[in-house]
Amino acid sequence: MKTVTFKALALGVATSAVTLLSTAANAVEIEYWQYFFDARVTAMEQLIENFRAANPDITVTMTHFPYADYRTKVAAAIPAGEGPDVVQLFYGWLNDYAEAELIQPLPADTFPAATIDEEFFPMVQAMKEGDQYWALPTAVRSLALFYNERLMEEAGVEPPTTIEEMFAAAKAMTKRDGAGNLTQVGITAGMTAQDHHWWREGLIRQQGGEPYLNDYTTVNYNTEAGLAALELYTSMFTGEDAVTAIGFMDEPQAAFKAGRAGMHIDGSFRIGSLNKTRGLKWGVTELPATADGTRSNYSSYWVNAITTKAEGEKYDAAVKFMQYITSDEAMQIWLDTVGELPAKPSVGLTDANSNDATYGPFIRGLAYANTTKFADESAQRQLMVEMVERITLEDMSPADSLAIAAEAEQKILDEYYAD
Amino acid sequence: MKLYRNLTIKQKQIVWAWGFLAIPVLFYTVIRFYPTGNAILISFQDWNLLGERTWTGLENYQKLFADPTFWKVFKNTFVYLLIGTPVSLVISFFVAYHLDKTRFMHGFLRMLYFLPFMTSAVAMAWVWRWFYQPVPIGLFNNFLSTFGIPQINFLNSTTNALPSVLAPAIWAGLGFQIIIFMAGLRAIPQSYYEAARIDGVSPWTVLWEITIPLLKPTIVFIVVFSSIGFLRIFDHVFNMTTGNPGGPLNSTKPLVLMIYETAFSSFDMGYAAAQTVVLFLVLLVVSLMQLLILRDR
Amino acid sequence: MAATEEIRLSSDALLKANKPKRPANMGQFLRWGLLFLGGIVMIMPIVYMISTSLKWPHEVYNLKLIPDEPHLENYTFVLEDGRFYWWFVNSIIIALITTLCNVIFDSLVGYTLCKFRFPGRYIVFIAILSTLMIPTEMLVIPWYLMSQQFGWLDTYWGIMFPGLMTAFGTFLMKQFFETVPDDFIEAARIDGLNELQIWWTVAMPLVKPALAALAIFVFLGNWTAFIWPLIVTNSVEMYTLPVGLSSFGDEADVAWELIMTGAAISTIPTLIVFLIFQRFIIRGVVMAGLKG
Repeated sequence: MKTVTFKALALGVATSAVTLLSTAANAVEIEYWQYFFDARVTAMEQLIENFRAANPDITVTMTHFPYADYRTKVAAAIPAGEGPDVVQLFYGWLNDYAEAELIQPLPADTFPAATIDEEFFPMVQAMKEGDQYWALPTAVRSLALFYNERLMEEAGVEPPTTIEEMFAAAKAMTKRDGAGNLTQVGITAGMTAQDHHWWREGLIRQQGGEPYLNDYTTVNYNTEAGLAALELYTSMFTGEDAVTAIGFMDEPQAAFKAGRAGMHIDGSFRIGSLNKTRGLKWGVTELPATADGTRSNYSSYWVNAITTKAEGEKYDAAVKFMQYITSDEAMQIWLDTVGELPAKPSVGLTDANSNDATYGPFIRGLAYANTTKFADESAQRQLMVEMVERITLEDMSPADSLAIAAEAEQKILDEYYAD
Repeated sequence: MKLYRNLTIKQKQIVWAWGFLAIPVLFYTVIRFYPTGNAILISFQDWNLLGERTWTGLENYQKLFADPTFWKVFKNTFVYLLIGTPVSLVISFFVAYHLDKTRFMHGFLRMLYFLPFMTSAVAMAWVWRWFYQPVPIGLFNNFLSTFGIPQINFLNSTTNALPSVLAPAIWAGLGFQIIIFMAGLRAIPQSYYEAARIDGVSPWTVLWEITIPLLKPTIVFIVVFSSIGFLRIFDHVFNMTTGNPGGPLNSTKPLVLMIYETAFSSFDMGYAAAQTVVLFLVLLVVSLMQLLILRDR
Repeated sequence: MAATEEIRLSSDALLKANKPKRPANMGQFLRWGLLFLGGIVMIMPIVYMISTSLKWPHEVYNLKLIPDEPHLENYTFVLEDGRFYWWFVNSIIIALITTLCNVIFDSLVGYTLCKFRFPGRYIVFIAILSTLMIPTEMLVIPWYLMSQQFGWLDTYWGIMFPGLMTAFGTFLMKQFFETVPDDFIEAARIDGLNELQIWWTVAMPLVKPALAALAIFVFLGNWTAFIWPLIVTNSVEMYTLPVGLSSFGDEADVAWELIMTGAAISTIPTLIVFLIFQRFIIRGVVMAGLKG
């Protein structure tokens, strides 16, 4: 008995030594960058470990940077050739990186465009040029309506399914003090948060409009539908029966977390932070539909891309790694760890996932989501913020303010697409 | 050595001076002037940090001068300067002057005034931001409402936002200016005061005839330095208006914040560089004028 | 040396004259009271910072001065994060070296610009001063490319080099050397000291208050520097404290109670530096004159 064990042990040591040696001989090391987010880092560590088990000769090292300055960091390092082999980028930045030849297209044989078109959610096609994809996401995001269960119960209202119900519920949950100051809002509002997405891709489309034309190069919301959407939005915080105020408790998500807002529209990435908030009982439902049942949502995502720095062996390794992190298995791990929605319907729209109380509303939202192609997201968001400010602070009419915003945004787009 | 000995005193001074300056001049040339020159160059180019740089001539400047936001920001920057510098100068001198005459728990008092300067600007900007909020959370407005006074919109207002953002910036810088003033007060040879005391001159005359004239180098420093500081105001504005950088309808946006946004959120480096050149020229003119006006008579 | 003697005598006289304190009159009392009140107002936001660092996340937006359930878990959380010590040590090393460098070079340059008459003096002064006028944000990209070429990325030297001398310090020291009477320097020259000795042994002790202010300022500036350390470092072990602490905020959530905790902890070293150096400001020239 003893010898056998010993032999097995010796054999084990010998084989692992051999693997070690062979690894050392052909070892390829590639670097991966993403921004710091606890769950994302954990998920990626697990993916790297799994990948390593299947490909013992490839080592992936991950580096992460603080979220707020990730973009600056990446933009400084990659052009200087100091960047990683595989990098995570926001979909909106991809154009610039592709144009500057800092990333390379995914090889068509391993990532055939036709298959991807078929297997992934349609908004991912924004990453396609000709018959090649520049990058692919592991996960996607969408918007939904969070609600505070305790406040709903207190006011005797149900989670709304239509916009009308949403206004009624918000009204029931709004509270004021003796001097008429809001102390609790029915719903949060603020273009600075996610509302500008909701307005662009949600409300306008629900009013029968199309926010942009010509592949997002032409602004098209200075229309009846756009105005209706804007008036609907501003009616939440203007007039006698306002159910919210811009900047109530500084930030919408803070008001919701503090239990002083009945409802709050936000992205799936907020789930983790709400879960951590003690004493908050919350639920989530799909974005409200119009009376005739029209729904629309906004989706965004972070993609993984191979930089031009990866060549030869490293390129091959990077392709393999890309294959793994966009696989079904990786998507499920990402959903379970980070709470971000799988980029493929086949993984996302399983019965278990789409009926999940938390993820379900977001995943169902993906089916009718659109992705805005931004030229300069923060500048374009700022225009929406100012559009509302002109109405609330300067008493401008929504129609005039909308026209100014549309003109200014068109200018940004023209400048961006000029070259 | 012999060569050196043959020099006149004046020539020796020149040799010493440039000897002392050699390393610093090299340092400034490489670390500061070269990148500055680079920025000036980029201001005539189109560059998104990622791709090629292309020459565009004066396009960035034309765009800048035609941009209404720029003029708004330009005005804001001067409002910061014109309010911030005198207010902080007067308060800090007042405090330093009296602190200098206080013995009881002097160190403790001085620490109270200096603490804000030492504390993280980010953390402090957010605390102030919370103070300014409307009810139910804002400290100031809660205070007002307990007296039945209507709420003041501090930050969400096109008129109140700038002073509200400036206040914490002045507050944070006071400690340092007080310390500089105290150091300046301590540097005045006591013999002057002694002489004045023997002559029985009033404290008010001592202040105007001795203290302030002898404090001149310190005052020049604080005026020039705090002017540069207010013209370059950024941290407090940035942190108090994140989400809506520059406040409602850009009412608090200073030039440096515009530069930062153009460079690191729009990645329009050429345009940002053109703004930087304008800022540079403004600062240079303002500082030179101040040095000229406050020059030793 | 006549001038020195005179000052010594008069400061002696002054010190003696002040020894028997005059009885505190109403004016003194009022002055103290007002200064104290002003001081309390000054530190209110800091008190709130500390109060927030003792709160649970859900209480952060409830601006009560005394938390409902004060606790120290934010502190243990921050301090138990093993990386915190790295960041702390990095920041200390960088701030100390930079401070030392600034104290020496800024005062040397300030002294030269103030006390020497040579061609190009004004130009050099304005040129150095003009470096205050470019925001750091515009310099980081050239610095980054420079560091990359010389292999300084992700090193202490890389983090430190842009701040080894500052125009601010040079200007400050130049202004303070103006308060040093030229007679002192002339006298030292006649005594046969060379220029380096005059600067170090005669002039420097006379501007100790300013040196102290400079040291505090430079230490603080480096202690809180953010954008450049962020760009130049890659590995978590090389982060400085502000860069490290910024990872307590992410896309969905900014953990204010942790940010405030980090800010409170990182104020401690600056407070120590302040307490060390402020002694020099108290003593000032009077003591320097006494020691000779």
